[in-house]
Amino acid sequence: MSEPLLEVRNLTKYFPVVKNRLFFSNRTAEVRAVDDISFTIHKGETFGLVGESGCGKTTTSRLILFLEKITGGTLLFEGKDISKMNPAEFDRYRASVQAVFQDPYSSLSPRMKVGNIIAEPIIVNNSAPRKEVSEKISALLALVGLRKDAHELYPHEFSGGQRQRIAIARALAPNPQLIVLDEPVSALDVSIRAQIMNLLHDIQKKMHTTFLLIAHDLAVVKHMSNRIGVMYLGKLVEIGESEELYSNPVHPYTQALLSAALPSHPDIPRKMIILPGEVPSPLNPPAGCRFHPRCFKAEGICSRQTPSLKEVSSGHLVACHFA
Amino acid sequence: MISNDNVLEVQDLKTHFYTSRGVVKAVDGVSFALKRGEALGLVGESGCGKSITCFSLIRLVPRPAGRIVGGKVLLEGEDLLTKNEKEMTKIRGKRITMILQDPMMSLNPVFTIGEQITETIRVHQKLGKMEIWEKVKEMLRLVRIPSPEVRMREYPHQMSGGMRQRISGAIALSCQPSVLIADEATTALDVTIQAQFLSLFKEIQEQANLSMIVVTHDFGIVARACDRVAVMYAGKIVENAETRELFNNPAHPYTIALLNSLPKMEMKVDTLYSIEGQPPELHALPPGCSFAPRCSHVMEICQREYPPQKEVAPGHFARCWLKG
Amino acid sequence: MEHILTALPWARRLTQVRQILRHVPVVSVLILLVFIVFGIFGNYFMPHEATKAHFGDVLTPPMWQEGGSAEYILGTDHLGRDILSRIIGGATISLEVGFIVIFFAGALGVVVALLSGYLGGRIDAVLMRITDMFLSMPFLMIAIVLAAVLGASTKNIIIVLVTLGWAGYARVLRGEVLRIKERDFVLLARVARCSKTRIMLRHIFPNIVNTLVVLGTLQLGQVIIAESSLSFLGLGVPPPAPAWGSMVGDGRDLIFSAWWVSFFPGMAILFVVMSTNLLGDWLRIRLDPKFRQL
Repeated sequence: MSEPLLEVRNLTKYFPVVKNRLFFSNRTAEVRAVDDISFTIHKGETFGLVGESGCGKTTTSRLILFLEKITGGTLLFEGKDISKMNPAEFDRYRASVQAVFQDPYSSLSPRMKVGNIIAEPIIVNNSAPRKEVSEKISALLALVGLRKDAHELYPHEFSGGQRQRIAIARALAPNPQLIVLDEPVSALDVSIRAQIMNLLHDIQKKMHTTFLLIAHDLAVVKHMSNRIGVMYLGKLVEIGESEELYSNPVHPYTQALLSAALPSHPDIPRKMIILPGEVPSPLNPPAGCRFHPRCFKAEGICSRQTPSLKEVSSGHLVACHFA
Repeated sequence: MISNDNVLEVQDLKTHFYTSRGVVKAVDGVSFALKRGEALGLVGESGCGKSITCFSLIRLVPRPAGRIVGGKVLLEGEDLLTKNEKEMTKIRGKRITMILQDPMMSLNPVFTIGEQITETIRVHQKLGKMEIWEKVKEMLRLVRIPSPEVRMREYPHQMSGGMRQRISGAIALSCQPSVLIADEATTALDVTIQAQFLSLFKEIQEQANLSMIVVTHDFGIVARACDRVAVMYAGKIVENAETRELFNNPAHPYTIALLNSLPKMEMKVDTLYSIEGQPPELHALPPGCSFAPRCSHVMEICQREYPPQKEVAPGHFARCWLKG
Repeated sequence: MEHILTALPWARRLTQVRQILRHVPVVSVLILLVFIVFGIFGNYFMPHEATKAHFGDVLTPPMWQEGGSAEYILGTDHLGRDILSRIIGGATISLEVGFIVIFFAGALGVVVALLSGYLGGRIDAVLMRITDMFLSMPFLMIAIVLAAVLGASTKNIIIVLVTLGWAGYARVLRGEVLRIKERDFVLLARVARCSKTRIMLRHIFPNIVNTLVVLGTLQLGQVIIAESSLSFLGLGVPPPAPAWGSMVGDGRDLIFSAWWVSFFPGMAILFVVMSTNLLGDWLRIRLDPKFRQL
């Protein structure tokens, strides 16, 4: 296994529930969006984070992107604690982490030309001399498979798939080491998804970029990721190599999630575990293991004690009392 | 030919939109049949005409741009396209009904759940107050809403997405329709909630011998919930077969390519098969087969003439010159 | 033929222009064009000097009435000044006041909206309370007080109208900023480490321009009415300058004997304001994606 690029240690994010007054506001409660999670992303790999809406996977990615303030815990980038970085190192960190979001219709400034959209991160971060910017744009357009003259057009002149290519080109522009892919294909048409997934795969091969993939489609995550973390209600419940995790899920939630995934063929037999009820509110998460009210294995201990991640086999960690 | 076990028969349905950019042939000669108790999947990408097909069935095509210009929609032998609006109002919601993707759009935020189901029942059935009340409770129990007496006094915003979608289902089912259309009904739901919803509806459908049209872009939903599939591309049904047959022996290059382009959990491949290009713009369709520009088996005839429908195996139809 | 034409870039542009023309409120645009041309080049169109009194021809009726003459097409006022010339001259004043007020009020409103909407928090709370304060001021009373304190002059009327006009922009545009701020491209600009200023100017501002244009057009009418009202009350543009409002005011006591003195300037106000409102509405529907047709 290659060396770690980003280590996430005890990362926590509580959103205050705020009541607005005329000039001031006061906190009334907290939403525990991400609660004490740790994982490591290695250089050149794709790390997938799966879970259902509200599980905290997107919040995790926003903390890594510094779009939200971290409540607790820390990030180590190439072994260095980012809270102890000097401003120059911190700037370098920010430039080496870029993102591609789900909706290609919302992620490109509608009134900027494609060339300027792609050039912006280069110019803002001074990651290439000004003279070379236009060359770099042409190279990026070619890399993502768009026509040469695309840089002088506006985003609305492109289809969804092409826009996602533009978004990828922009993310690649400042030569990042890590790209956060937040649902990169789920807004696209079925026949376009494969194009974009293949493109991302080729880019990773060519540029050795590391990906953090956030997605809810289990087949997409499985296809793209080397290792996968499963989240439930702000907690990481299982981490493992993707083959291992899919063939041998240990946590009851992972088992249920995989059994709920839609089959790719009607003949594929699958033991269905239909979970009762709905995901509880992160405002007031259940005590102990957060999954215990819906779990088919739950016993007394589960409501009293929060399980921590334990290694069940090499590189396969599970947070369950029965693992 | 009207056989008795076909609840719904659609023949050569054409719905066109008249826009400033030209005529958009959103639905262009669609034919299919739905047997009693069968779940038919209508699969395709966005803009292929699958939703417009469904809106045409219940005669709710957006006006004035859209118009049904031809064909027949036979519901239990009666042609819905010849009905006037008053007659349609009686049929819609009672004999043929629809669940949409976003339950927040179809539920009225200012009425309670109970009031909304009551309304549907009251419009279509002559029942006393107590009977309706009992019926509402029964419907909520049917879609597994816990403690219906409490829940029926609540408003849509007090429920989760999965529960709202089941409420939409309860409203749709409250008049025992012959045909239920589910338009991307589970797309917005989470994986486990989607599984809940699908298994619940499969059960209800089998119990009530309900016929369903499941509109989706996801072959996984077809594989799990449908008996038969119709694949749509650019306003036409290009392939129609029983689910198992379609997955085992797909005939149309578009179907084959789509199935191959899906990532699968069961096996690992490095590169997915990908269909190049974009779905065509419906107001500027190429002559001949609309898939020809993206097809890897394209022949000279494909660019001239649209292929007729052929039966490639018993009950398995495709529109492709390769199968000539 | 059609598709060959549309392949040429200039022909495509031409068809686009034609398409737009088909739906533009033509009459409104014509009236406003005349208004703007008179406003800028009024001096060349005036049959007489706007402020010159002809004491021999006091209160001449319009030319088609008995006693009227072709010399004074729309008649003269109580000092014998030519009404048509004064209306043309008044266009200059209304245009000047209108555009300057819109420019400054709009600019101030945009700045407040961007700071308040994008930065949020305490800045937002303070700026919005100030905006609320300005929005709740009784317009006419404040205008009278300010005009009385500052004295009646074109400059002061502009100051008064900007002071009372910017808050409307700030309120509406802040809403737009809040909406756009949540779009992914703004988040990605932050990921790319764009500065706050850059995000506000390059990413958010271009996306509120449409709304700004609509608001400006709609406000032009209001500003003209406000300026006319103040002039009517004698608190606006001081005499003898030919402001439409003061012209209506001049004819107030003559309304039964010489209706034309206040009628024609009143009509000028009506037509111009109505045209700006119609055009503003059309722009709103046209530029606002929420109202855009299929």
